[in-house]
Amino acid sequence: MRIQVNGARREVADSATVAEVLDALGMPAAGIAVALDGEVVPRAAHAATPVAEGAVLEVLTAVQGG
Amino acid sequence: MDDPLIIADREYTSRLITGTGGAANLSVLERALVASGTELTTVSLRRVDTEGGTGVLEILRRLGIDPLPNTAGCRTAAEAVLTAKLAREALGTNWIKLEVIADDRTLLPDPLELLDAAQTLVADGFVVLPYTNDDPVLALRLEEAGCAAVMPLGSPIGTGLGIRNQHNIELIVARAGVPVILDAGIGTASDATLAMELGCSAVLLATAVTRAADPEKMATAMRAAVTAGRLARSAGRIPQRFWAQASSPPR
Repeated sequence: MRIQVNGARREVADSATVAEVLDALGMPAAGIAVALDGEVVPRAAHAATPVAEGAVLEVLTAVQGG
Repeated sequence: MDDPLIIADREYTSRLITGTGGAANLSVLERALVASGTELTTVSLRRVDTEGGTGVLEILRRLGIDPLPNTAGCRTAAEAVLTAKLAREALGTNWIKLEVIADDRTLLPDPLELLDAAQTLVADGFVVLPYTNDDPVLALRLEEAGCAAVMPLGSPIGTGLGIRNQHNIELIVARAGVPVILDAGIGTASDATLAMELGCSAVLLATAVTRAADPEKMATAMRAAVTAGRLARSAGRIPQRFWAQASSPPR
């Protein structure tokens, strides 16, 4: 199925979870935060949260700023 | 600890809070952070693949500096609240430098959205440090909303114009029950000293150091400037006079 991750289209396995998407894209394990369709998904829920077709996923980390 | 800066449940020795924005690279940033003596420094939250990894966090961990995530770039309370929640998730801290900006040319805070976001975040258990206008009334409202400090600007972000309305800063300090942190507009060391002389509890700056020709040297200057201003404030300055007053005894 097709989803959007950080503004780019991605093809992921049907019924993938947030954890599986992060893993497939090689995202760092620590120091990141995930929003799924505008809602924060806590780390503890990554493995149990399914991603639906067309979902918008944002994966953020800390950078220089402010 | 002689004269600690106390914000919420934390104590800091340093009264200089540095931002990490604007440094040419991480090694310049690291040297400037060390020279500044800071114990708390701001970071922003951005998409993982756009800025290249989590290097800045590794530096902060290594140096033992607490990260203070900000909501830079947010235009509405809703955006700022979501960003704060993401920062809490990514960094494991409930501290947030709350910025809600009205427009890109001035980068001035939007007071209505700011207060709205502050109320929501305080209710959600955040320690909120709002970047605010130099407005004494808004500063009180933010304190009433439960903010752990108020952070009025001296002048717009990145301008280096110093403190444009000293009296407003003094009015804010005179009525504040939480630390007042001068945030934004610092151009050089004397601006930081003035902020402390006016009674601010700390100074937050980034550009003045990171974009100086020699960031490490400017960080050293800012550290000394904040210390000097704090000492001068507590020493009690002489009143200003119109006419001269001899300091040598008459013959």
